[in-house]
Amino acid sequence: MNETALLINTALASGTTLALAALGLLINERAGVLNLGAEGMMLVAAVAGFAAALTTGSDTLGFLAAAAAGAALAAVFGLLVIFLNTNQYATGLALSLFGYGFSAFVGVAMVGKSLSPREQVAIPVLSDLPFVGPALFSHHPMVYGAMALTVVIAWFFYRTRSGLLLRAIGENPEPAHALGYPVRAIRLAAVCAGGALCGLAGAYISLVTAPLWVEGLTAGRGWIALALTVFATWRPARALLGAYLFGGVTVLQLNLQAQGVAVSSHLLTMLPYIATIVVLALISRNAAFIRLNMPASLGKPFRPGS
Amino acid sequence: MLKLEARAAPSQLMTVASPLLALVLTAVVAALILAAIGQDPLAGLRVLFVEPLTGRRQVSEVLLKATPLIVIALGLAVCYRANVWNIGAEGQFLLGCVGAGGMAIWLTTQGIVLPRALGVTVVLIAGMLGGLLWAAVVALLRDRFNANEILVSLMLVYVAQQIVNALVFGPWKDPQGFNMPQSVMFHASLHLPPMLERTRLHVGFAIALVLAALVTLFLFRSFRGFQLQVGGLAPAAARYAGFSARSALWTGLLLSGALAGLAGGMEVAGPIKQVTPYLSTGLGFTAIIVCFVGRLHPLGIVAAGVLLSLMLIGGELAQSRLGLPNAMASVLQGLLLLILLACDTFIHQRLRWTPSRKASA
Repeated sequence: MNETALLINTALASGTTLALAALGLLINERAGVLNLGAEGMMLVAAVAGFAAALTTGSDTLGFLAAAAAGAALAAVFGLLVIFLNTNQYATGLALSLFGYGFSAFVGVAMVGKSLSPREQVAIPVLSDLPFVGPALFSHHPMVYGAMALTVVIAWFFYRTRSGLLLRAIGENPEPAHALGYPVRAIRLAAVCAGGALCGLAGAYISLVTAPLWVEGLTAGRGWIALALTVFATWRPARALLGAYLFGGVTVLQLNLQAQGVAVSSHLLTMLPYIATIVVLALISRNAAFIRLNMPASLGKPFRPGS
Repeated sequence: MLKLEARAAPSQLMTVASPLLALVLTAVVAALILAAIGQDPLAGLRVLFVEPLTGRRQVSEVLLKATPLIVIALGLAVCYRANVWNIGAEGQFLLGCVGAGGMAIWLTTQGIVLPRALGVTVVLIAGMLGGLLWAAVVALLRDRFNANEILVSLMLVYVAQQIVNALVFGPWKDPQGFNMPQSVMFHASLHLPPMLERTRLHVGFAIALVLAALVTLFLFRSFRGFQLQVGGLAPAAARYAGFSARSALWTGLLLSGALAGLAGGMEVAGPIKQVTPYLSTGLGFTAIIVCFVGRLHPLGIVAAGVLLSLMLIGGELAQSRLGLPNAMASVLQGLLLLILLACDTFIHQRLRWTPSRKASA
């Protein structure tokens, strides 16, 4: 396989986790809820998915279990912030801390076990094309899933009535409430959808990329996905693009380590995190631009009738 | 139906009762978890919450571990009261270890022997500077580039851990250390003096108590502390009064960074006495929980620091005695914070029973 094609292939594969998580977070952020618990949901989902796949031998069940675990944690978060009006920052953070501990706790029995390497699904005909074939058309199904999901979510946001309602609630929940829409239930649904996608993202690591379980497996990818939603200025297509970009940085870093570049591997490991900081700083530089694109009620509680 | 409604004034009772209620509920969940994995819940709870308080050595270990938690949380309290969300205290703690450790290694390898008071002070100041610089990166990016401080400070935790690794696997590795990734042991003149005979408890705990008093004065008796809190509670009012939001941002972050760095310095010059890749076990994150359980108040933080430390030591005991996974303590910590936040709802709101409209119609 051509080297550049291989690089693109692995960048897409490693960006898929970030894409799934960022797309999920986009849904709840567009509805006005900021969930800093992404990392915790991904970790718990990763271990749930791994356990399910290990015992049943089915990847599909693994992904389903992970999505359910992510959604369940998100529901707890949603009930707290949406119905009890707790601080979204503190609650999300608490969810991340809890998720880290809980995944480590239940994952103890899973450490040291591993699944067989995943098979890639080559799309017939297309995958035989020179260069583009190996780069784009031979992947794990979830990679195509993330791409399809981007289209679906973009269509939902911009082409459906429900998507319009979701975005309207994210901008200002009062009018939607006045029109009789159940604002809090819709927000809860959005939070659960976000959690389910973060769950898929976690399982993609423990079932496909790794495929194994260790404590703290996600290594901050949940937080990078949160930064990606800002980078994407809350647009699905840009989130996908950003995820592949970051996937590329991660792959590049690993490739450099493998080639034995004369830089400490520890310094190379920093690269994705530093890239996140730099990109975040550059995109946020124009405060007016961010304010214009950010859902206006993001992070603010909504108390109907008060 | 049951309805949440706003209280006319925050409930004083709930402000104090909420952490206690959360603690009880956490203990109940802990008992359920213990029962679920086939342990005797009461015996398990005893190991987790009571055993660490039996005996002089155990208590000294609880206070030892509470020291960095209290010091870090004091800084975070100032930060959070200013509505600045520094969640990367872990990274600032690690850079504090790097600053203090670097200074101590340099003094040790150069053979410079300072009087103990001076040597320890120099090392701790180096630690504070390390943490301060790491937090300054966050402040700078927020101030100049409007970058979200939550995400930046968190990303810097991962970078900080790699800096520690790069140093101890590289230039700081002890040449006589059998190729182990650890630095030389610091010279005895750089060790924090003990506070209690025949225990590992060092003067850092006394420093933490003094700092709690100082932060109390700063928050509640100084104009600067007042400005900071107004900025956090009512940004528009603060702007109208001419209080600078930028200066609140810098003050909050630099102070919390310096204190986290000091905590790091006290850990390396206290119980660890060298630099290793395993300097922190998430103390910077536990300190966030300490901060909330302590109601962002210095006195509460001292109590909460001891409580969370108790849970950490209890977790270690449960691992060695009952064979529980060592993650039990972090599960309970996370739960404690989640439950606490739920209980805190009832400080500003109350539940009221209102007859449903359908029934009256």
